[in-house]
Amino acid sequence: MSVFCGIREPDRRVMVVTGHYGSGKTEFSVSLAMLLAKEGLGPYERLGLCDLDIINPYFRSRERRAMLEAAGIRVYGSAYQHDVTAELPELSADVRAPLEDKGCRTIVDLGGNDSGAIVLNQFSNNFSREETLTLIVINANRPETRDYDGAMAHLQAIERATGLHVDGLINNTHLLRETDAGCIEKGHRLCERICADTGRFIWCDCYPAGIVPEGDIEGRYEHLMPLGLYMRPGWLDR
Amino acid sequence: MAEKVLMKGNEAFAEAVIRGGVRFYFGYPITPQSEIPEFMSRELPKRGGKFLQAESELGAVNMAYGCGAAGGDGFISSSSPGIALMQEGMSFLCSAEVPLTMLNASRGGPGIGSIQPGQADYFQVTRGGGNGDYRIPVFAPASIQEAIDILYDAPALANEWRNPVMVLVDGLMGQMMEPVLMPEAKEPLKSSDIPKAKPWAISGSEKGERSVVKSLRLQPEVLEQHVERLFEKYNRMERELQRVECTDIEDAEVVFVAFGTMARLATEAMELLQSQGIKAGLIRPITLWPFPYGAFDALTDNTKVVISTELSMGQLIEDVKLGVRGRFPVKLIHRTGGMLPTSLEIVDKTKKILEEVR
Repeated sequence: MSVFCGIREPDRRVMVVTGHYGSGKTEFSVSLAMLLAKEGLGPYERLGLCDLDIINPYFRSRERRAMLEAAGIRVYGSAYQHDVTAELPELSADVRAPLEDKGCRTIVDLGGNDSGAIVLNQFSNNFSREETLTLIVINANRPETRDYDGAMAHLQAIERATGLHVDGLINNTHLLRETDAGCIEKGHRLCERICADTGRFIWCDCYPAGIVPEGDIEGRYEHLMPLGLYMRPGWLDR
Repeated sequence: MAEKVLMKGNEAFAEAVIRGGVRFYFGYPITPQSEIPEFMSRELPKRGGKFLQAESELGAVNMAYGCGAAGGDGFISSSSPGIALMQEGMSFLCSAEVPLTMLNASRGGPGIGSIQPGQADYFQVTRGGGNGDYRIPVFAPASIQEAIDILYDAPALANEWRNPVMVLVDGLMGQMMEPVLMPEAKEPLKSSDIPKAKPWAISGSEKGERSVVKSLRLQPEVLEQHVERLFEKYNRMERELQRVECTDIEDAEVVFVAFGTMARLATEAMELLQSQGIKAGLIRPITLWPFPYGAFDALTDNTKVVISTELSMGQLIEDVKLGVRGRFPVKLIHRTGGMLPTSLEIVDKTKKILEEVR
């Protein structure tokens, strides 16, 4: 059973995913791309994932290129696509293609924090603000974003670095295999408070599929999205 | 009661040593541990400590040597090639009996190698890459929580033994996330407490006696006497610091030996073999020096083979052979260069080895 409620603000073609490092941006971006590939692209003909993470040396979405491409998702990012383990702070000019292509729904997975988000600026002329939905992933179990002040500080720093207005929040509050419904509720309440004060909305509440029973959370939130733990090898959680 | 939080390995390691009392960090960035200096540069000044980026790893280890000689509780971290550059300082620290907490988030080698996880620094950390007769206790945690607990205790342990202490993780442990519980912060040592807590330190006190911290002893009789005294200490460490975790080894036909990340893969392989009716066990050394040789004495005649599983070309296996003392065949399953095996790969290779030795 899936409780994915579909995409909010579907007319925003470019979805920029930001957040504190370790908040789960990459797992979210990959899961969203896989869900959209499965559920259909609506008015769009193509689906692209831009991996703009030049901060983290491991666990980058381009490591799952084969799986993503098999699902029909094109992956853009490093010019050294043959070498996912290269540690080079470079991005391919190809990144402009899905940003400019009006027929391509595009998910942009930015690197951690404001310092990772700043790389998007070089592409700012390649997509319009009107067609962009900027999201921030919040994990209220991360020490630096566990409270209102910490989460707001990160949100504001990312807005300063990118020049984008963060439209919506993604509640991705989890403890990996130890996640329970209480975790999700804790993060939801934090996101609700930020939204109430700043006029933003909760784009969705995430739950790790197969870990939190869907019966524990179904009906409690307006927009739920299952995350697939695509990036994390299973043997780490034995 | 403290709540679990989700932390990235490197930031958890840094937080754990700060909570363990460290207030001085010297370092130079290198992947896959650069989040440690980044974290320290942000957090130490807030907590009354100092962060200093050195011009190189050689500079960092010698700054830490000076800090420790003056009685400060310091920490250095790096990754394989950076740790190689620090070896000279480690020899000096041991000779001068200066405490220091150190961490190596190891990666593929030799040389600059790769940024992916590796365990090919086993010889470097257990045998010592510096000159002379010296020893450094080496801890190899297999989870972020275990690393936190070890790093939290490490500054006190280094002070107790007046010796550097090394924690060896690999890049994967530095980069991955796990839910953890952080211990309560210890009260850090105040400058005014140093003359009493560390009377040997060059504390600038007005106690009237000079403290001398040095590694130069030109008279051979004096140096020999000094080294023999150091070895009395190292012998006590061998008896008192060994740590090991043994799982299902009593009637195991095949016994894996693995540490760190590789121990987690070996655990999965062990459980897969058990589910197929093959009795498998695991010896997980938590200290690599002193190595828990005695753990192998618990193996019985049921054992057909002991397999060293490593992310190197066969380094741990030398200590495994010393522990086994010829009682059983010792084989190797490994990957290197930053590659990790899958648990199924370990299972398949183990079955082939069992066919050979049965």
